[in-house]
Amino acid sequence: MNTTLTARSTPLQRIVRFWNKHKWSYFFIFPSMLLFFLFIAYPVAQAFLLAFQKVDLRGSAWVGLKNFQDLADSRLFWDSMRHTFIYAFFVVAAWITSSMLVASLIQPLSNKIQSLFRGAFYLPNVISIVVISLVWIWIFEPDYGFFNYLLGLVGLPRVLWLQDPDIALWSIVLSTILIVPGSGVVLYSAAMGSIPREYYEAADVEGANALQKLINITFPLLKPTTLYLTVIYTIAGFQIFERVYIMTGGGPINATTTIVQLIFQTAFSDFNYGRASAQALILFAIIATFSILQFKFLSTDVEY
Amino acid sequence: MTIQANTLRASSARRVAAEVPKIIIYVLLTLVAIVSLFPLYWLFNTALTPATSTVKLPPDLIPMNATLNNFTEIIRTAGTSKIPIPGSAEPLVIPRIYLWFINTAFIAIFSTAVHVLFDSMAGYAFAKRKFPGSNVLFWLILAALMIPGQVTLVPLYLMITRMGLVNTFPGVILPGLADVIGIFLLKQYIQTLPSELEEAARIDGASEWMIYTKIILPLTVPALAVTAIFSFQRYWNSFLWPLIVLQTPDLFTLQVGLSFIHTSEFGTNYGMMMAGAALAAIPMIIFFFAFQKYFMQGLRIGAIKG
Repeated sequence: MNTTLTARSTPLQRIVRFWNKHKWSYFFIFPSMLLFFLFIAYPVAQAFLLAFQKVDLRGSAWVGLKNFQDLADSRLFWDSMRHTFIYAFFVVAAWITSSMLVASLIQPLSNKIQSLFRGAFYLPNVISIVVISLVWIWIFEPDYGFFNYLLGLVGLPRVLWLQDPDIALWSIVLSTILIVPGSGVVLYSAAMGSIPREYYEAADVEGANALQKLINITFPLLKPTTLYLTVIYTIAGFQIFERVYIMTGGGPINATTTIVQLIFQTAFSDFNYGRASAQALILFAIIATFSILQFKFLSTDVEY
Repeated sequence: MTIQANTLRASSARRVAAEVPKIIIYVLLTLVAIVSLFPLYWLFNTALTPATSTVKLPPDLIPMNATLNNFTEIIRTAGTSKIPIPGSAEPLVIPRIYLWFINTAFIAIFSTAVHVLFDSMAGYAFAKRKFPGSNVLFWLILAALMIPGQVTLVPLYLMITRMGLVNTFPGVILPGLADVIGIFLLKQYIQTLPSELEEAARIDGASEWMIYTKIILPLTVPALAVTAIFSFQRYWNSFLWPLIVLQTPDLFTLQVGLSFIHTSEFGTNYGMMMAGAALAAIPMIIFFFAFQKYFMQGLRIGAIKG
C-alpha cells in the first residue's frame, strides 16, 4: 500500500519531499554560496567578457582580440612581465632556501627555544605590506637611510636604491627576501619534526655523513612541503603589488612596474577596463600554468 | 663492562660534538633573526626618535632621547574629522587618524564575524550533510582558490559603481567577503569530527539549527579561532580593494590613510611616517602575541591537502 503511494506521488509531492529532506542543507550553504556567485563566479565570468570589449565610462563594444594584440605590441606590458618574473623567481628561490635553512637550524634545539625562534621569524609576516614598505623606503633613503649609512661605514659610495632605474627592482627584491617567511619556517619545521628518527639512525649505522643524510633523507621527505610552499610563494610573487605601489609607484620610468601594478594603472588611471581585464586574465593563465607545472614536477607520493 | 664504558665515552664525545655546533647554530639563527626583524625594529626606533635626530648621520641605533612627538605629529597631520551627533548642533571633532583606526577595526571585525558564521555553516553542510549538488559546488569553491583576486577587480569595481556603493563601507565590505578559504578550512576540520553526537541529538528531536549551534560549533572552536585570526589579519592589512573603493579621507582605513599621507607633501617626514606605520602595526603585533598558538596551528591546517 505504502509503496504504491510513493510510486504514484505527484511531481508536487516529490518536490515537497525533496525540500523537506534537503532544506536545511541549502539553508546552511546559502549565505556563502550567494556571496560566492555574486562576488566571485559572476565577476570572473564578467572578466572573460570584458577582456574582449572596449569598456570605458560611456559604455562598451566588442573588439575581439584587440586588447590582447595591444598588449603584445606594448613595450610596457612586456617590461612588466619581465619585472614580475624576475621578482617571483628570486623571491621564491630565496624564500624556499632561507626558510628551509632556518627550519633545519632550529631542529636540534629544545622545544621551547624552537617556538621562540618560530615566533620571532613569524612576527614580521603579520604586519601589513604597506607598513613594511614604508619602513623600507626609509631604510633605502639616499641621504640618511640605514643602508647608505652602512655603505658609508665601509667606505663605499651611496646607492640610489629606489631612484636608480637599474637598481630599483633589485631593491624591492632585496626588501622581500631579507625577511625570512614565517610560514615556510613553521611548515618546514613541522615537516622535519615528523620525519621518523629511525631513518637517521639507520643512516648512522651505515656510516652516512650529515650532508648525505640531508640529501638522501631530509630533502626527499620534505618534498610535499616544498611543493606546497613553492606554489603559494610563486602565486604570491606573481601578485606583487603593494610594495611596488608604495615604494616606487612603478617608477623610476616604469623600471619596477609589475603586472598587478600595470592592471591597477590601466584600470584606475587610464580607465581602460577591457585592457585591464585582458592583463588580469594573462596573470591568471600564468599562475594556473605554474601551479600545474609545479604539481607535475614536484609531486610525489611521500608517505611516512 | 668494556662495552658500557665504550658506549659511555662515545655518547659523551657525541654530546661535546653536539654542543659546539649548537653555539654556531645559535649565532647563525640570531643573526638571521636580527636581519629579519630589523625593519620592524627600525620602524619603532625611528618612530621614537626626535624629528631633529632622524635626519642625521650617524643615525641613533637606539632611541636615546625617546619621545612621542612623532606620534602627536602624525595625528596632527592627518587632520580632524567632524562627526555629526544626533540631537546636537555641535559635531564631535576628533583626530582623523582615530577615525581610520575605528574604520579599520569595524571593517575587520564585521568581516571576520560574518566569515566565522557563514564559513562554518557551509563547512558543516559540505562536511556532514549529503545533498544534491554538494560535490559540484565544492569543486567550484576549490577552483576559485586558484583564481587571483585581480581577475575580479575590474568587474567588482564596475558592479559597485552600478550599485552606487563607491566610497561606502558596504562597497568595501561586501565584495571583500568573497573569500572561500575559510569554507575549505572548516570543512576539512568538521569532517574529522565523529557523527554519533549529531545523530543522537537528531533522534532526541533536536532541530537542525540546534545541532549546528549546540554540537558542531563547540567542537569546532579551535578551527573557528584559526579562521577568525587569519581573517582578521587579512582585513586589517587589506589595501588594494579599500584603496580603490574609498575616496573620502574620513572613510579611509589605516593602510589607505598611511599611503595617502605618504604620497602627500608630508611623506618625507620619516619620523612621523614611522609613527603612523607603528600605529597600524601595534595592534597586529599584540594580536600575534595573544594568538601565536593559533597562527602556527592554522598554517598547518591550511597546508594539509592545501
